[in-house]
Amino acid sequence: MKVEAPPRLELVGVSKSFPGVRANDNVNLKVRPGEVHALLGENGAGKSTLVKMIYGILAPDEGQMLFDGAPMRVHNPRAARRLGIGMVFQHFSLFEALTVLENIALGLDARLSQRELLAEFHKVLDAYQLKLDPRRVVSTLSVGERQRIEIVRALLLNPRLLIMDEPTSVLTPQEVEQLFETLRRLAASGCSILYISHKLHEIVALCDTATILRGGKVVGAADPKRETSRSMAEMMIGGNLKEITKPAARAFGPPKLETQGLSLPKPTEFGVALRDVALCVRAGEIFGVAGVAGNGQNELLAALSGEALATGAEAVILSGEPVGRLSVTERRNLGLCAVPEERHGHAAVSEFSLTDNAALTGRDRMEFVSFGLIDPSKATSYAAEVIGAFTVKATGPGALAGSLSGGNLQKFIMGREILQRPEALVVCQPTWGVDAGAAAAIHQAIVDLAARGSAVLVISQDLDELLTLCDTLAVINLGRLSGPMKVGEASIEEIGLLMGGVHGDPSGTTEMTEHLHAHPA
Amino acid sequence: MNIAFVIDALVTVIGVTTPILLAATGELVVEKSGVLNLGVEGMMLIGAVTGFAVALNYGESLGDWAPWAGVIGAAVAGAAASMLFGVLVLTLGSNQVATGLALAIFGIGLSSLIGASYVGMVIQPFNQTFPDWLAADPIGRVAFGHSPLVYIALVVVVAVGYFLNHTRAGLILRAVGENDVSAHSIGYPVIAIRYAAVAFGGALAGIAGSYFSMVITPMWAEQMTAGRGWIALALVVFSSWRAGRLLVGAYFFGILMTLELYAKASGFSFLPSQFWAAMPYIMAVAVLAVMSARDVAGAEAPACLGRPFMPNN
Repeated sequence: MKVEAPPRLELVGVSKSFPGVRANDNVNLKVRPGEVHALLGENGAGKSTLVKMIYGILAPDEGQMLFDGAPMRVHNPRAARRLGIGMVFQHFSLFEALTVLENIALGLDARLSQRELLAEFHKVLDAYQLKLDPRRVVSTLSVGERQRIEIVRALLLNPRLLIMDEPTSVLTPQEVEQLFETLRRLAASGCSILYISHKLHEIVALCDTATILRGGKVVGAADPKRETSRSMAEMMIGGNLKEITKPAARAFGPPKLETQGLSLPKPTEFGVALRDVALCVRAGEIFGVAGVAGNGQNELLAALSGEALATGAEAVILSGEPVGRLSVTERRNLGLCAVPEERHGHAAVSEFSLTDNAALTGRDRMEFVSFGLIDPSKATSYAAEVIGAFTVKATGPGALAGSLSGGNLQKFIMGREILQRPEALVVCQPTWGVDAGAAAAIHQAIVDLAARGSAVLVISQDLDELLTLCDTLAVINLGRLSGPMKVGEASIEEIGLLMGGVHGDPSGTTEMTEHLHAHPA
Repeated sequence: MNIAFVIDALVTVIGVTTPILLAATGELVVEKSGVLNLGVEGMMLIGAVTGFAVALNYGESLGDWAPWAGVIGAAVAGAAASMLFGVLVLTLGSNQVATGLALAIFGIGLSSLIGASYVGMVIQPFNQTFPDWLAADPIGRVAFGHSPLVYIALVVVVAVGYFLNHTRAGLILRAVGENDVSAHSIGYPVIAIRYAAVAFGGALAGIAGSYFSMVITPMWAEQMTAGRGWIALALVVFSSWRAGRLLVGAYFFGILMTLELYAKASGFSFLPSQFWAAMPYIMAVAVLAVMSARDVAGAEAPACLGRPFMPNN
């Protein structure tokens, strides 16, 4: 009998409780050397707590952790890194006011000179074909670029076990493929990878083994090569996954939300200028805007929502009316609602109750205000209605927005806008960091809203999301929007090329756009 | 206006500026680590009375070293007072604004209590580092005619600027002030780093206070720092948390405060001297208003400034 090498990481009966919650209950897990091991589970299933214990941020209450067969004691992340454990966080552990290089230096325990560090940095960038300017300040970077910092930071450690928490949400298909290539190469060299993702087809494509967590317990293990995305999703949520039902053969009404020659200068030094954006979303249509993070998505949302005013009123048209110079509130009153990407502090105020958050955007459309005063009972009952209609897990309308999990808060925010029956809804990254069950609910809600005759514009970096959801698709790159394409007629490769591919080649993109304009889909 | 007048004015400006520069440099480090310690005025007074007491009581036995012992005593006392604040704010998670204000009031009271028996006594002033022949020349006096604390203040602000921007330890300190949760998750001891920063700020505030009781007027008077601790706090914001601007800003305030003295003394002012007395404060408000009107304002403040960090929650 062949003697097997001990597992790279083994957890035996690991438990962790917080006041009122048993986050992990008797978890057993084995990760073999060089294995890509998926950790699956809904938000709140205890994945984050588990990996935090492995990385030394939290200490387990009970149980044992073994690394290469030897009991491991990691009191802090530094000790974990010394063992060779690297981690890419879901919520980035970045320092906004510092530069990319400073952020990377902070994550390394080795004391390198600026020059050595820069050399190492460029070596990793070249090896994994990532683009990142080391001198940029993080606060000026997009979500995607920020994630790249995390990835580079982890790769610089030459890890023996790499924990990746939802790493691909913001990459183009080509970039995802490249990252997978990287991870496979890393795994082939003997590094184990603990891979957390909600994107089940990625797990099918990448992972060797999957462990499924629900309610803090291991509920099963699966071989992703033999399971379908659907069967794993059902194990994860412990029930049947609802399929998005889209009414077949839909006809679109008149144009509801249009832009014509919408150009805006850069909002900040490192922002993206919008250049001559033209789009038209008809009643009942779901229009997707694809693109890699940091190509003008947030600027486009701001220009549509009214946070940034256009130079001419005609640049943004809602139901035939020019609204380009109107404020957010005026646009909302006319029926143009928007959900920005950042949930905390932009779409919702974390320190406010759900009732107050509902009142913030719904006060005029839902008539909460009489004689200049907000009627709290109306706002409360509206918040309760949203909670009920969108099955938001919260203690009630009085719950603080910040106390909700990402998926539940997103459901609440989407519900808050959708129940206002907007003429047009603009959403940015509707399911970023949201688990499969909540994502499906949000997608269904968007489809239902469009079916009732609203125009919906979905800005997302998740191409799969756009392809399942949208009727029409355009790609934003460097602040320019490509011509519209019918979903189903454009191939993923084409879209990927429009997104700037891996090399961010703008000239190729222009050519491609012209090509598509010459031969409309 | 003759050359002697200009030199007098310059010497006064440097003298007036030094304590606010010292205190503000300390507070800069504290705020860069994400802690807002509003108790600068209190720590300065505790430093002032301690420095005076040490220099007075050990003046005979220590001789020439007595002022240095006084300065060290002031630094230790300031740091000790800041540790009181540190325990409340960092370990027990109390509100930083309220605790800082309490420290300011506590310092005023404690220093008055300790100093009650010293009122009216005089010590040897702690001034002039360089030999007389260097300082005698009128031009030389501007460069060499000051207390060692003047030069220490300049060295410290340059060193702090270098530390914050060019050393790994400074980078870690800024990281802790920028995002305590991330710094903790990467594995830096957030609370310990903040304790160290608070202690450093307290020590510098103590030294700044001793400048009043040992250099400007070598005697003790209640509340002799006259609100300069508050100016130091405004100066940190005014400098948008940068050491270079802090230095420039300190001298700017120093000039304004000197104007007040000259207006009072010479009567050359067409405005009442109260106006000149109010000038530094008015300017502080005006500059802060102009700065916050710029759209980048607030982006420069350490993101975790004033936020309690409890790692176990």
